[in-house]
Amino acid sequence: MSVDLLQLLVSSGLVISGIFFVLAGTIGVLRLPDFYTLMHAAGMTDTLGAELLILGLMVQSGFTQTSLKLLLVAFLLFLTSPTASHAVANAADHAGLKPLLGKYRAPSLEELKKSREVKR
Amino acid sequence: MNKYTITLFVVLVIYWFILSGYFDHTVLLVSGAISVLIVVGLAARMKILDDETAPYLHVKSIWYFAWLFKEIIKANVAVVKAVLSPDMEISPSVFYVKMKHDTDLGRTVFANSVTLTPGTISVRMYGGQMMVHSLLEELTDIAGFQDMGIRAGKAMGDKMTFEHQDVKPSRATKKKLKK
Amino acid sequence: MTQILYYLNVSAAILLLVGMALLLGRLLAGPTVYDRILAVNSFGTKTVLFLCVFSFIIGRGDGIDIAILYALMNFIATIAILKFFRYKALSISLADAHIDKPTVKTSKPVKRKQT
Repeated sequence: MSVDLLQLLVSSGLVISGIFFVLAGTIGVLRLPDFYTLMHAAGMTDTLGAELLILGLMVQSGFTQTSLKLLLVAFLLFLTSPTASHAVANAADHAGLKPLLGKYRAPSLEELKKSREVKR
Repeated sequence: MNKYTITLFVVLVIYWFILSGYFDHTVLLVSGAISVLIVVGLAARMKILDDETAPYLHVKSIWYFAWLFKEIIKANVAVVKAVLSPDMEISPSVFYVKMKHDTDLGRTVFANSVTLTPGTISVRMYGGQMMVHSLLEELTDIAGFQDMGIRAGKAMGDKMTFEHQDVKPSRATKKKLKK
Repeated sequence: MTQILYYLNVSAAILLLVGMALLLGRLLAGPTVYDRILAVNSFGTKTVLFLCVFSFIIGRGDGIDIAILYALMNFIATIAILKFFRYKALSISLADAHIDKPTVKTSKPVKRKQT
């Protein structure tokens, strides 16, 4: 498998940015406070992270059957991820889960320590 | 034998070639052709072939998806900034968007586009309305939703006989949701 | 050059595994069942990506077939779990069970029954 420099640069850039979005989505899933807000972070992983990563892999393999299959994976993720997230959101809404509304700020470290002391 | 049958046949043949990758193996080619014919024949016998089940003729919609990809990148950057900043200042809100599409396909594509764009999720759908949950304040622009709806409708061959109207979240719905 | 791409792919796979391990935290901690379902769905997406990268690492294109299958299975599993939790049965056809109320021509949202 011969690889030229342009291919290497484009592919590594795409893969690294895709991994960045995937990890950012994961951190969002851990950090965000509420189910409905958490879905946005999960959607971030599903859309841009996955597409960029697969695009980077496609650039690596060149124009072969493998890259066509990768295109199929990207297409399937593009079709199924919004349907699945709408289904989850709709089910939660149907079951009566109320969304958190209004402005929200993440508690700083001092506030977290205070709340722990109060609990104790 | 209408255009939907032919397009479904062509798409299935391409799908089979992508998955198998063999062009010179007689047994595999014949079995692939037989399986494709069985699928097309069953679909035609069930009479489910129409614009919704075989929407491959909307070639122009590729421009819509290119535009959508641009929008997805924009929204992703906004959401990443909000999530990774240490303060994480978000303002989740719920509001309603009116959909004035004639066809179910246009409506579906619009709702799925809203869900695909990070920061906005379509939660619930009534006939003409869609309840959207949004993460950031800058993404709750009604004009942007109307623009996206019109583009999605046009891409899917929707005639859009109605005109879009503003729907502001009424105070009553806000109070109901806060309870 | 090929060596650099190999290391790039290996590091990407390791980072994906780290992301999956972090996601298990939400799976264990999630207060409602929907958080857990969402975590499982997101975990499946990451698994698909990991399979794609892994098939590049071992240099065989067959792994991507498994990735395609996993993407489809992930979607079907999510929908099946959600349907089971909503209707407590999988045998209900969606034509009988109205997902939402049918079209009502009012500007106000329809009151729904609390379940």
